[in-house]
Formats: sequence, structure tokens, C-alpha cells
Amino acid sequence: MVAAAMISARPKTAKRLRWAANANAWLLLLPALVLLATFTHYPILATLYHSFFSLGRSGPATFVGIENYQAMLEDDVFWQVLRNNLVFALATVPASIALALLMAVWVDRKITGRSFLRLAFFTPTVLPMIAVANIWLFFYTPDYGLLDQILRFFGFSGHNWLGDPGTVMTCLIVMVVWKEAGFFMIFYLAALQTIPPELKEAASVEGAGRWYFFRRVTLPLLMPTTLFISINALINSFKLVDQLVIMTKGGPNNASSLLLYYIYEVAFNFWDTTYAATLTVTLIAILAVIAITKFVYLDRRIHYQ
Amino acid sequence: MRHDGSRIETVAAWTLALLWLLPLAYCFWSAFHPAEYATRFDLTAPLTLENFARAWRQAPFARYYLNTVLLVTMVLAGQLVIATLAAYAFARFRFVGRDIVFGLVLVQLMIMPDVLIVENYRVVSGLNLLDTIPAIALPYMASAFGIFLLRQTFKSVPNELVEAARVEGASSFGVLWRVFVPLGKTTYIAFGLVSVSYHWNNFLWPLIVTNSVESRPLTVGLAVFGAPETGVDWSVITAATIMTMAPLLLAFLLFQRQFVQSFMRAGIR
Repeated sequence: MVAAAMISARPKTAKRLRWAANANAWLLLLPALVLLATFTHYPILATLYHSFFSLGRSGPATFVGIENYQAMLEDDVFWQVLRNNLVFALATVPASIALALLMAVWVDRKITGRSFLRLAFFTPTVLPMIAVANIWLFFYTPDYGLLDQILRFFGFSGHNWLGDPGTVMTCLIVMVVWKEAGFFMIFYLAALQTIPPELKEAASVEGAGRWYFFRRVTLPLLMPTTLFISINALINSFKLVDQLVIMTKGGPNNASSLLLYYIYEVAFNFWDTTYAATLTVTLIAILAVIAITKFVYLDRRIHYQ
Repeated sequence: MRHDGSRIETVAAWTLALLWLLPLAYCFWSAFHPAEYATRFDLTAPLTLENFARAWRQAPFARYYLNTVLLVTMVLAGQLVIATLAAYAFARFRFVGRDIVFGLVLVQLMIMPDVLIVENYRVVSGLNLLDTIPAIALPYMASAFGIFLLRQTFKSVPNELVEAARVEGASSFGVLWRVFVPLGKTTYIAFGLVSVSYHWNNFLWPLIVTNSVESRPLTVGLAVFGAPETGVDWSVITAATIMTMAPLLLAFLLFQRQFVQSFMRAGIR
């Protein structure tokens, strides 16, 4: 009797429990979902929506189809900032990775003053980009900046580093590499520490030199880390624009402007929000492609922790 | 032969490290010396705090500090509560549409609020929050990254602990509070350090949504103060720069290991 009653009661309880669990879970998620919907999902959709409208300066906004996109493709500045961003990414990503690897290899060994070295390399990571930009701005100041003073000491003449379209990008790239390399170093360091020491012993017994070991064993084992860092550095190169506000304002003549900075300019200096939305769609598309690439190539191969 | 090689490497490593510290060292030099020594490196130059005093007088840095501290606290507190609740739901509940919702959360990892400035400005202005500290904080309050990290941590909590707490009569909220939160301590510290560093340093979004001394964080205050148009002395600007980064730099020097480990844990995900 009792057993039969229990059996008949079980599905009901289970159902109620499942319902309760569902309600509980949704309640727990509610604050996060409301905020994400308001500040991530809605803005993404609104960006797309607004990119198909003209700016309603005198009256309501009107649907213009792909006109904004056509304008974008004919906008020389758009192509320039895109090109700049590409150059910026192609220069900062490999340079900071190579330096990060070098630093990590050094710091991983029993080297004199190891913790000091690690500290020196990592410190730029915790500084605000805006402070860094202030410091480096003075480095590059024509004539009485540090760089020109050093050059003058060696008998070269001064140069307007940030004012010359030919040098401004390089200056910014050097600064960003300085800021980022130490951050990537810690990932290499962590990866290096997982390489079993027996491998090294075995290699030295076999008479393999350090360079050979590095090339044939260490480097391949670090491959997943390198991929992981490259993708993160690539994403960063589309997000880092703080320095432009302080150092160059994208100039001279847009020579140092990047896509996100151009969006900022179009939206908040020219107040052309529909065109800014169109540009943002492009940026979102780029980031989405990177993220999908990351998902396909990276997340499958590495097993975290 | 081998010994020589490693000596050369040591020298090279040290050279690079000193080169790496040079910008910072230079900033400190100029901030602690009178303006006429800003570009003259004379070891007998007198030390001074005058640059800091002048920066402090010339701009409302006390207010900027307060704003940044408020901002960072608000963001972190919001993030921790919201991410804990959401991560608990994802890690421990089975509900309809869980994977889809989790996917929607992860969208923020790919398209961060930093790039949605145009529409987020519209949203914040629609909420009538322009030029307030909550306006800076809100887009970052629900952190997909925090949810992701904590979910990972919560998933690794052994079932026996949960059952034991249940047997003692803990509600599902009690289980969260007494079992999951204490076990997530390292994740909380890692996420907290990364979040505080990020928002202490964040610039573009605060620049866009703030417009007055009452809401500006330090970074924006520094940018306004140091703008070339203002004609402020270079030495005073470096002093202000140091004031902006000092708390974080100091915390980093004191808790190096935690910082490095946190940045790493957070980065590896």
C-alpha cells in the first residue's frame, strides 16, 4: 500500500522539483541576463539596425538600405584606418610574442636577479594605458624629449616623431609592444614550467645543444600557448586606442588612427551616429571572425588546467 | 664556452630589463625633481615634492580618486554578486535552454562593451544616467568572463560536499553561500584583481560618458589635466601620472605573486 502510494507520488514530486529547479535557475540568472541584454545583445542588434538608417538631423531617421555601407566603402579614411589597424596588428602581435618568449626563457632559468627581471618585464602590464601614453608622449617630444636628446648626444638631429606620418605608427607600435610583452611572458612562463625536466636531461645526454633543444622540443610544445597569445594579441590590437586620445588624436592626417578610434571620432566628434554604427558593424564582424577562428582552431586543441 | 654563453645572456636580459624600466624610471625622475631638471640628468639635482603639490592644487585629484574608488568598488561588488548567482545556475542546475543561454552569455567575451560605445551611449542616455558613475559601471556589471571562470570553479566542487550540506538542511541558497563561495576563493581573488586593474585603468568609455568633475575617474581626470592645451608643466604632469597609477603599482609591488597568478588564471580561462 505504502509502496504503491510512493510510486504514484514520485512522478509528481519529480515534476514539481524540476519545475522548481527551472524557476530557481532562471531567478539566479535574471540579473545577469537583464544586464547582458541591455548592454550587449540589444546594442549589437541596435548597431546593425541603425546602420541601415540615415541620420535624422532634421526630422525622423529614414531607412536607406545599404547606403551607409556604400559610403563606407568609398570612404578613404575608413580604408586607411583599416590598413593602419592591419599594420598595427601585424607588427605588435609577432614582436610582442617574440619578446615575451625571450623574456620567459630567460626568467625560467636560474639567472642572476630572476625576480627583479620578472618584475621589470611585467610592470608595464599593470599601468593604465593613459599613464603610459603620457610618459611616452614626452619620450617622443621633438627636440627636448628623451629620444631626441639621446639622438642629439650621438650627433643626430631632432625629429617630430609623432608628427611625421612616416614614423608615428612605429612609435606607437614600440610603445604597445613595451606594454604588452610582459603580459604574454607569464603565459609562456607557465607553459615552460610544465615541460618535464626529464626531457632536457635526456636531450643533454644525447648531446643536443640548447638551441637545438629549444627549436625541436620547447618551441613545438609551446605551440598552443603561442596560438592562444596570438589570438588575444590580435583582439587587443582592435581594442587598444586609449593612447591615441592622448598622443596623436589619430593624426597626423589619420596616419595613426585605428578603427575603434575612428568610430569614436565619428560618433562623438562628428555626431554621425548612423555612420558610426556602420563602422561598428565592421568591427563586430572582424571580432566575430577572430572569435570563431579561435573557437575552431584553439579551444578544441588545448585542454585548460 | 657554455659559461660564456650564459653570461652573455644574463647581460642581455639585464639590459632589456633596465630598458623596460627606463620609461618608468624617467617618469619618477621628472616627478621628483624641479622642472628645470626634467630633461637634465644631474645626480646632484635636489629632490622635491612640489610637483605633486602643484598637481594636487591645480586639479581636483582628491575627487577623481574618490570617483575611481567608488567606480571600482561598484563594478567589483556588482560583478561578484551577479556572476556568482549566474555561475551557480549554470554549474548546478539543469534547466531548459541552458546551453543556449550560456552561449548568449559568452557573446560578451567576443564583443566586449568596449567596442559597443555608440549604442551603449544611447542606452545610458536613455536611462538618464549620463555623466554619473553608474553609467561607467553598468555595461561591465554582468561579466561573461566572471561567469565563465566561476562556473568552471563551481563545476569542480565535489557532489559529496553539496549532499552533506543538503542533509544538514541547507537550502539551495545556503549551499551556494556555505559550500561554493568559500571553495571559489582563489577564483574570486583572481577575478577581483583583474577586474580592479581593468577598471582602474579603463579610459575610453569613462571619457565618453562623463563630463564633470563629480563623475570623472582618475584616468579621464589625468587626460583632461595633461592635455597640451592646458600648458601644464611636464614635471607636474608626470607627478599626476604617478598619482594615477601609484595605488595599483604599489599593490602590484606588494602582491606580485598574486597579481601574476591572477592575470594568468584569468587569461587562460
